[in-house]
Amino acid sequence: MSATTAGRPTRMSPRTEATLRVVAPIAVGLIVLGAWQFLVSVVGVSDYLLPSPASIIEQFVAFFPSILAATLITGTNALLGLIVGSLLGILLASLAARWKVVDRMSAPIVAALAVVPIVALAPVLNSMFGADSQFGRQAIAALASFVPVFINTLRGFRQTQPVHRDLMKAYAANSQQVMRVLTLPTAVPFVLTGIRIASSLAVISALVAEYFGGPRGGLGSLISTSAASSAYARAWAYVLASIVLGLVFYLATLALERLVLRRGPGGGAR
Amino acid sequence: MTEATPTTPDSTAAVEVRGVDKVFETRTGQVHALDAIDLVIAPGEFISLIGPSGCGKSTLMRLIADLDEPTGGTLTVFGKTARQARLDQDYGIAFQQAGLLPWRTVAANVALPLELHGVGSAERRSRVEHLLDMVGLSDFADRYPDQLSGGMQQRVAIARALAEQPRLLLMDEPFGALDEMTREKMQTELVRISAETGAAVVFVTHSIPEAVFLSDRVVVMSPRPGRIQQVVPMRLGAEAERAARTEELREERAFFDMVTAVREALHGGSPVSSGPRGVETR
Repeated sequence: MSATTAGRPTRMSPRTEATLRVVAPIAVGLIVLGAWQFLVSVVGVSDYLLPSPASIIEQFVAFFPSILAATLITGTNALLGLIVGSLLGILLASLAARWKVVDRMSAPIVAALAVVPIVALAPVLNSMFGADSQFGRQAIAALASFVPVFINTLRGFRQTQPVHRDLMKAYAANSQQVMRVLTLPTAVPFVLTGIRIASSLAVISALVAEYFGGPRGGLGSLISTSAASSAYARAWAYVLASIVLGLVFYLATLALERLVLRRGPGGGAR
Repeated sequence: MTEATPTTPDSTAAVEVRGVDKVFETRTGQVHALDAIDLVIAPGEFISLIGPSGCGKSTLMRLIADLDEPTGGTLTVFGKTARQARLDQDYGIAFQQAGLLPWRTVAANVALPLELHGVGSAERRSRVEHLLDMVGLSDFADRYPDQLSGGMQQRVAIARALAEQPRLLLMDEPFGALDEMTREKMQTELVRISAETGAAVVFVTHSIPEAVFLSDRVVVMSPRPGRIQQVVPMRLGAEAERAARTEELREERAFFDMVTAVREALHGGSPVSSGPRGVETR
């Protein structure tokens, strides 16, 4: 309450600090937007190079139904991919944690998957599953989600403390009991972190995969179509929608993480 | 070697250790953690293992618990192999770290061994209630471990160790991380609890007053290789009941005499003079 000594730089009250934390990024955003608008409308940067924020928002409003439909298509692909990829990641990681052989067998595959730019598979998958199928995109989102979930889950399975393992041995717990009582709950925070990382990757992959053919209608294909037909402001409006979609995925998985861990060990690792 | 005096016939001993060796293979070579250990612990007896770091006191306790296996010699718990005794849940165990599962409430942590061994939920609830009452944590049943102090967590761990009413309690420096005041309070509680349950206790510590206050016999160990240097019987509780060990005891003359006796045993004999195998050329 006291602690403001004269002569030294005055410290902010917690309330000012909280306000500042919200206000500062908004101020930065507004300044950037203002500078952007200034560059376009006063300095006269060509609309082809850089559409003004105002024109992007105008397009966003004008094409809102189409943007919403496109977001739903891409979002559905990303969500399905995220769910399937996460389930596969958790399943394979639990097998790898249980049997060393599976670990040895899966390690090179996962390493390969982690290195390969997965969207590079898009043209191949599009021709495999036909040009009118969303399956290729969903498969790409699933593959992209799989890697971080697998790696984090496997690490989580290896986080059990020696004292807990000793305890389980002292209780003569069988391996199923150890899994249920100790290994799985220990791994949960790591699994959730993996899913949170995967959520952004799923959106990015589902979206970028649309650049390589397949059915129209998603955000990715509309961005490339708009850009190709010189409707730059509209292309940016779709980009804006993509950012929103990515944020929604990230925040949803972050909320899931908070929700599940709230009852567990209070926030930090102990 | 020092001969541990069995106070009851061997067949009924809580723990019987005969010529036990333990050698750890490490990258830098073999480490003799324990060498020719002989020790018999009677049912209901409170034994402390004391000695400097590296004397193998924790290792000995882990062998009794069947968390590790001896390299040589025989070790029985209630007349069975250590492994069988572990499978039969003949002992309760507590470590220096409380080792509570952070995602379980206090009550669920205490209930864990009962749950694992298929005790019905109604009986589980009443056992847990009784145990938490015994360690004075009834009001904290629904808290999570990270909401408790270190001393309270350790009390939960002791309640958990007692959950299945074991006849043998193994404790590896359970109060090691606590401050002196909490520690003394916990010791008094442990004396009361062990008198109530009548369990034999193997208590690993490096505190001389702690060992003296708690024990019927103090086993003094020496390091490299881990050996039993001397077994010092405590005359404190000889005629009196164990429950009669109260705070006053800490200020009695006999208490200080015993502390001195254990200290001399710890510092007196060097490991080299204690046995024919003690010749070290390194």
